[in-house]
Amino acid sequence: MPTNTNNRPAAVTKARTPLDMHRVKADFPILEEMINGHRLVYLDNAATSQKPRVVINAVLDYYRRKNANIHRGIHFLAEKATAAYENTRARVARFIGGVDPEEVIFTRGTTEGINLLAYSWAEANIHEGDEIVISEMEHHANLVPWVIMAQKKKAVLKRIPITICGHLDLSNIDDIITPKTKLLAITHMSNVLGTVNPLAELAAIAHRQGAVVLGDGAQAAPHMAVDVKALGVDFYAFSSHKMLGPTGVGVLYGRRELLEAMPPFNMGGEMIREVRFDRITWNEVPHKFEAGTPDIANVVAFEAALTYLEDLGMDKIREHEIALTRYAIARLTEIEGLEIQGPQEAEQRGGAISFTDPNVHPHDISTFLDSKGIAIRAGHHCAQPLMRILGKTATARASLYIYNDESDIDALVEALTDMRRYFGV
Amino acid sequence: MSSPLDDMYRDIIMDHYRSPRGKQPVEKADIKSDGSNPACGDELEMQVDVTDGALKQIHVDCKGCAISVASGSMLAEIVKGRPLEEARRIAELVRRMLKGEDIELPDDLGDIDALKGVRQFPVRIKCALLSWVTLIEGLENYEKGQGVGEKPATTEGKE
Repeated sequence: MPTNTNNRPAAVTKARTPLDMHRVKADFPILEEMINGHRLVYLDNAATSQKPRVVINAVLDYYRRKNANIHRGIHFLAEKATAAYENTRARVARFIGGVDPEEVIFTRGTTEGINLLAYSWAEANIHEGDEIVISEMEHHANLVPWVIMAQKKKAVLKRIPITICGHLDLSNIDDIITPKTKLLAITHMSNVLGTVNPLAELAAIAHRQGAVVLGDGAQAAPHMAVDVKALGVDFYAFSSHKMLGPTGVGVLYGRRELLEAMPPFNMGGEMIREVRFDRITWNEVPHKFEAGTPDIANVVAFEAALTYLEDLGMDKIREHEIALTRYAIARLTEIEGLEIQGPQEAEQRGGAISFTDPNVHPHDISTFLDSKGIAIRAGHHCAQPLMRILGKTATARASLYIYNDESDIDALVEALTDMRRYFGV
Repeated sequence: MSSPLDDMYRDIIMDHYRSPRGKQPVEKADIKSDGSNPACGDELEMQVDVTDGALKQIHVDCKGCAISVASGSMLAEIVKGRPLEEARRIAELVRRMLKGEDIELPDDLGDIDALKGVRQFPVRIKCALLSWVTLIEGLENYEKGQGVGEKPATTEGKE
């Protein structure tokens, strides 16, 4: 067993990052904030990311120079705002592997994207006796809508179990995904375990049985290159705010033929073509699904976030996070008795690292770390069924992103060691 | 000067956390009341032996953070032996104190002052409240002639 020591043992090698950390850190104004007398060590990125100056400025710039309502105005600013909004759509389409921009629907976030799918696609396509397949590691956002829809339609909700190492257990997958399966809705990366799931492999299995596939990309899209066509998914949902962009904006990608066959979700302005008191025709996709005035400023600013990520390079971001995750797991393992959830090999996972201390409750861990300027998350992480399987009521979770480096991990490990002294355990 | 952290995790609190009082079972459980804060994962089990209109014995078993465990332990120490009415009054006072009211607490409430530091940490107040609200619900159900509540008490969400 590794011993508990403040000196880094030779076994833990430095994390080699391809990113220019000095420059990256300087791009995030909030990192200059002092928290309880300490520099901010922000390790709650799976909840939401911080924003670089270019994104903050893009919001300001929109309101100062471009603000108008989109799509219907016939004046200079309306055209400028519309162009900026649609420019983000085109940017998103390229970012997820080069799809048709009309296959990109703006939502308020991953949760709304999945609900759109539940209330539009599933409402029309799921019938009594059909099967919906999810996994045991789903976030409530990709769980609650399907529990409810299955109950409503008298459909069967089936689960892919997890192994003791925190991977999906695919040994009985042919019994789980069957010709009765209408939908496979599964996370691309777990927000609790960090596990990266074999989405392409699962999509191929589901398609062989004629099912439609939804990938929950809330945790994956910010941290790795995503190509929805290569993955073979029919739908893919993610959120701007976890990937340097503003809150209030999300994306639902959908294959055009599926989107065109789906009824609208919200009814109102923009989503219609022609309205009479007795007869209404719908607008084309994607506008059919974007009723009302969307969060224009934040959609526009999301483009700046995507540009920032692509300038760094999604593959380099992934490389940076694998190196830092490996370092973090090695250093946390030095703390005797600390239990780390999920795969231990950094290549098989993302940087959301859940852990528990046998003697200190996760909320006490979080409060103590906060007093040192370290922000983590404690609780059930919106995955209560998974917590029950893990046998935990709560865990502490440190989650990494581009502006984190070894010094943040060192601060975390040192504070956890101090914590044990403080609590006398 | 002590830090807000030290104000919350005072020695008295940590002592209650490490060796909580009220662990021993009661002989007869006239009141059974459970508390649960699912978002935290805190679970609390409370049983009271009511004899001659007083809380003769009280059993508190809390699985949770330092604050919820220590608060439950203090509760066990404070209300044991008191008449039902008095226990109810004390629990209400502590509840209002934790919720931020400026309240003079009676002198004979043992270590209760130590809980005041929690008020500087708004998200942790519900941890300290759990045992007291569980007791209040248990006493209310007892008055109504029900030994045990239908749902566990909680201090999460609208209380």
